[in-house]
Amino acid sequence: MSLGRVDAGGMTAIAKPPRARREPREGSRLLPYLLVAPAIAFLALFFLVPLAQTVLLSVTADGALSFGNYARMANDLNFAAAIRDTFMLVVAVIPLQVALALAMGVMLQKLGRGRDLVLWIWTIPLGVSDLAAGLVWLAILQNSGYLNSALYGLGLITGPTPWLNAETPLTLFAGIALAEIWRATAIVLVILVAGLQLIPKEFGEAADIFGATPWTKFRRITLPLLKPSLQSALILRTVLAFEVFAAVYALGGRNFPVIAGEAFIWQSENQNYGVAAAYAVLIMAISLAATLVYLKALRTRPETLP
Amino acid sequence: MRVQRRFLLLTGVGVLCAWVLVPIYLIALGALGGRASVFKWPKSVWPAGTSLDSLLAFLRIEGVWQAALNSVIAACLTMLLAIALGLPAGYALARFPFRGADAFRLILLMTRAFPLAILSLPLTVIFIRVGLYDTPIGVALVHTALALPFAALISAGLFAGIPRELEEAAWVFGCSRAKAFRKVVLPLAMPGIAAVAIFAFVISWNEVFAASVLTVRHRTLTAYLLTVLAESPLHYRFAGGFILIVPSVLFIFAVRKYLFAMWGVSNR
Repeated sequence: MSLGRVDAGGMTAIAKPPRARREPREGSRLLPYLLVAPAIAFLALFFLVPLAQTVLLSVTADGALSFGNYARMANDLNFAAAIRDTFMLVVAVIPLQVALALAMGVMLQKLGRGRDLVLWIWTIPLGVSDLAAGLVWLAILQNSGYLNSALYGLGLITGPTPWLNAETPLTLFAGIALAEIWRATAIVLVILVAGLQLIPKEFGEAADIFGATPWTKFRRITLPLLKPSLQSALILRTVLAFEVFAAVYALGGRNFPVIAGEAFIWQSENQNYGVAAAYAVLIMAISLAATLVYLKALRTRPETLP
Repeated sequence: MRVQRRFLLLTGVGVLCAWVLVPIYLIALGALGGRASVFKWPKSVWPAGTSLDSLLAFLRIEGVWQAALNSVIAACLTMLLAIALGLPAGYALARFPFRGADAFRLILLMTRAFPLAILSLPLTVIFIRVGLYDTPIGVALVHTALALPFAALISAGLFAGIPRELEEAAWVFGCSRAKAFRKVVLPLAMPGIAAVAIFAFVISWNEVFAASVLTVRHRTLTAYLLTVLAESPLHYRFAGGFILIVPSVLFIFAVRKYLFAMWGVSNR
């Protein structure tokens, strides 16, 4: 589009470049800026403006500057539970996902034929929304679902048993964690496999000559060189994990409060945009803090990379 | 020893494939089995008496078709916007060493550290004022904010992979920059651009939070499912979940070649 505009300006007609010059002169200096301008304008409008507005909305109540929204959020009945549940979920799910994705990535390297097929199967959940993932696990974990049928077949239970009630918080938590691990490990896997492909084969071969065991090779070569990929995977995954809510709703309804869910309820049901904005600011603060922690903890010096 | 290792590896791969596929198979059973199968006890994992009745019944519920249509409209708009805005930006990043290029790249990466969907909360007020609230266009605008950074970074990688010399050759033969782009670069980048488009579509199709916040009557499919979740019978929920999954799985199959190019690019 911008290209068309530059052309229509008729620059070519006015200053016809001499034959010897290879690069067309049509606004060469300005062109990159014209090309990125629409994207920047859009992001400013739909990223920076709402960001500023969210913060502003959260610190105004009745037209005056106040922390009333935050006070109301903190005094809300579900607040402490939402914070606790969300953090527990993140802490339980993310290490498992990273471990699982690492194992998958290493397995893929050892596969010869069929690697592409396996990779496709393992990345299918990438296209599954959190809502759909919640519904998938609901089909398995509901009272008369497949898990209970299997347990019944094995003689472990005598009839349909509820797992996802308010009375069974532990199994409800486990169910939600399972759905999250099932759905979102694929994104970690893809980032890590992209990183694994960047590690030169020679390093492993050299280690083989010195008689290194596979475990040593993994710990001393793969893991350190994978640090930048691990970092981006962790940042992306953690930010998304603090936003979790649809999978939780599909499985546990209101029995398992999470931060994003509370923001949604305050916005849509209570119609209190101020408190919803306070929750949104809270999520952003937590996400930013997590990002900074990862940036610091997994820092790599560029010269140490191949 | 070698044989044992190989056996262990293949078992692990098999188990993990089952871990991904079996749940999808089971929700398909739940969606196709209808009312009777949902409450059957104990269940069998073999398909018995499956039919499309339950899926069709779900689609006949008032509002489902409309919601699916809204989802498709929002996703197509997201796709178009992400391409229209992201492609030029990606081309600029790949071809010009302009001042501020690094800063721009950093901003694109930084948007990922923000829960962008949450930012739809304050947009409600603005959208009501300008008449975008409760329309697929409004939803698509927010979804574009999610998809745009990806589209720009991925297409930058795509264009960087197309040799500059090809373009220069076209210039020598008298093509303008725009014509050289259209005739030489675009055809080569097309498959990758299609992958970017599909990726943007899937991001929008799957998004729940912003879609639920920004619509009331003209729900997208995810937003519709979320609101009727509590009161709809189980087999309808499974049918809805299944309908959500099917296009995404097909799309991921279509872009599988590009998944790694995408993430490799946005890695550093």
